[in-house]
Amino acid sequence: MLKLPIYLDNNATTPMDPRVLEAMIPYFTEHFGNAASRNHPFGWEAEEAVDYAREQVAKLISADPKEIIFTSGATEGDNLAIKGVFEMYASKGNHIITAVTEHKAVLDTCKHIEKAGGEVTYLSVKEDGLIDLKELEAAIKPTTILIAIMYANNEIGVIQPVKEISAIAKKHGVLFFTDATQAVGKIPVDVIKDGIDLLTFSGHKMYGPKGIGALYVRRKNPRVKVTAQMDGGGHERGMRSGTLNVPGIVGFGKACELCRLEMEEDTKRISQLRNKLENALLQLEEAYVNGNTEHRLPHVANISFKYVEGEGLMMGFNKNIALSSGSACTSASLEPSYVLKALGLGDDLAHSSLRFGLSRFTTEEQIDYTIKAISETVLKLREMSPLWEMYKEGIDLNSIEWAHH
Amino acid sequence: MAYSEKVIDHYSNPKNVGTLDKASKTVGTGLVGAPECGDVMRLQIEVDEATGIIKDAKFKTFGCGSAIASSSLATEWLKGKSVDEAVKIDNMDIVEELNLPPVKIHCSVLAEDAIKAAINDYRKKNGLEELVFEEKGVH
Repeated sequence: MLKLPIYLDNNATTPMDPRVLEAMIPYFTEHFGNAASRNHPFGWEAEEAVDYAREQVAKLISADPKEIIFTSGATEGDNLAIKGVFEMYASKGNHIITAVTEHKAVLDTCKHIEKAGGEVTYLSVKEDGLIDLKELEAAIKPTTILIAIMYANNEIGVIQPVKEISAIAKKHGVLFFTDATQAVGKIPVDVIKDGIDLLTFSGHKMYGPKGIGALYVRRKNPRVKVTAQMDGGGHERGMRSGTLNVPGIVGFGKACELCRLEMEEDTKRISQLRNKLENALLQLEEAYVNGNTEHRLPHVANISFKYVEGEGLMMGFNKNIALSSGSACTSASLEPSYVLKALGLGDDLAHSSLRFGLSRFTTEEQIDYTIKAISETVLKLREMSPLWEMYKEGIDLNSIEWAHH
Repeated sequence: MAYSEKVIDHYSNPKNVGTLDKASKTVGTGLVGAPECGDVMRLQIEVDEATGIIKDAKFKTFGCGSAIASSSLATEWLKGKSVDEAVKIDNMDIVEELNLPPVKIHCSVLAEDAIKAAINDYRKKNGLEELVFEEKGVH
């Protein structure tokens, strides 16, 4: 039987896989040692578990275990990569290139860099959410030290041309950092083939625990270093101090292993469900997909339903279906999603969008229920929408002088 | 954010959704808000010419649940009131009735604006001077 509510907000966080939890449990009470305690069996056990997990994590992205720095999550990874490179390579330059659709953890870190005397170029994106490679190359100058472009976007799921970006970075002797939080575990990510110098990701977006993540820092060709952002015991090759979160690391490792082994099958099934959902919802009049659909994560769909407002729409089913909207009606600013606006969507379409994030645990029954509930709510709200009525009467909404407040 | 039961009730069973003939002399139409801001309200009143009583009110709203509830409630309150009484409906009455949280107060302001705009449209059609209202400026 269908169990409600249905969770389709997996870009925000995923449920933990029970197999991950099982792997973690002994490391809370039984094997509780500090991985840095070198002189007794409790420490050895913990260290062994961390080493094993480090291998599991590294393997998922084709890295060497020595290149994995454990962090508290992707936000810390973003901070450590960008601030760490900015400080470590200060003698080389102070210019960083990023894009306007990056996660706030990258954008706000870049703002911090600007305050600290750095220079940041924010690339715009094309209508489909992809960056323009020519623009990227043109933005590089002698002082450029880092390109920070996300692997895949958290709102629209669009996958950036990572290989091409890294080729450009290499050609100009610039480091390339990618926030791959939404991509790792969902699609093949290979730091060697992709030519990535630094990469961050997080456990809780891939069926692992919250509060644990990793920063990949390349050790060869070139050897990359980042300045630590926290002072302390010099853990993680001096780049990230702090007692290791052993249970979290064990769970993260297990989650990475499961993703590596099951990705192909999961992706096939999840993308079929996503396509079913998307195709059914696009049967509604005036419904549009946001972002490139060819270069896109298999589990994500972002759809705008014109003439209905996202938050009002969600209210029609949010007791039973959990997802998120590009509308920001609850925030004080009333500003809709900056990512959707960067695609050139009008504020009205951005306000009308829903983001679907499917997971390993999503079922066809859930998708069928969702299609029905959302279609019904859209139709109901359109009956209630003055904009829909005007559209149906053939009135051009742009010809009306709206009272902006 | 959790909605109050009254908001949920108006959202699930909105009162007086619909359209009145905006060309009619006895109908006043108020269209406020903007699509870019995420809410547009259209509120209409139909006035009994003999008594000056609002005999019907209809709305259509593009917006969040609180905006829909605010306009639904407004139409309920308008029916049976005289135009002069209707002018006195204050947004804070709507806030109180629906238990709107601070971030949703702008929805009630929009409903008040829609009422006033509808009344002024009616007055204009009937050769009366438009009323001048103080800006609430909460949005």
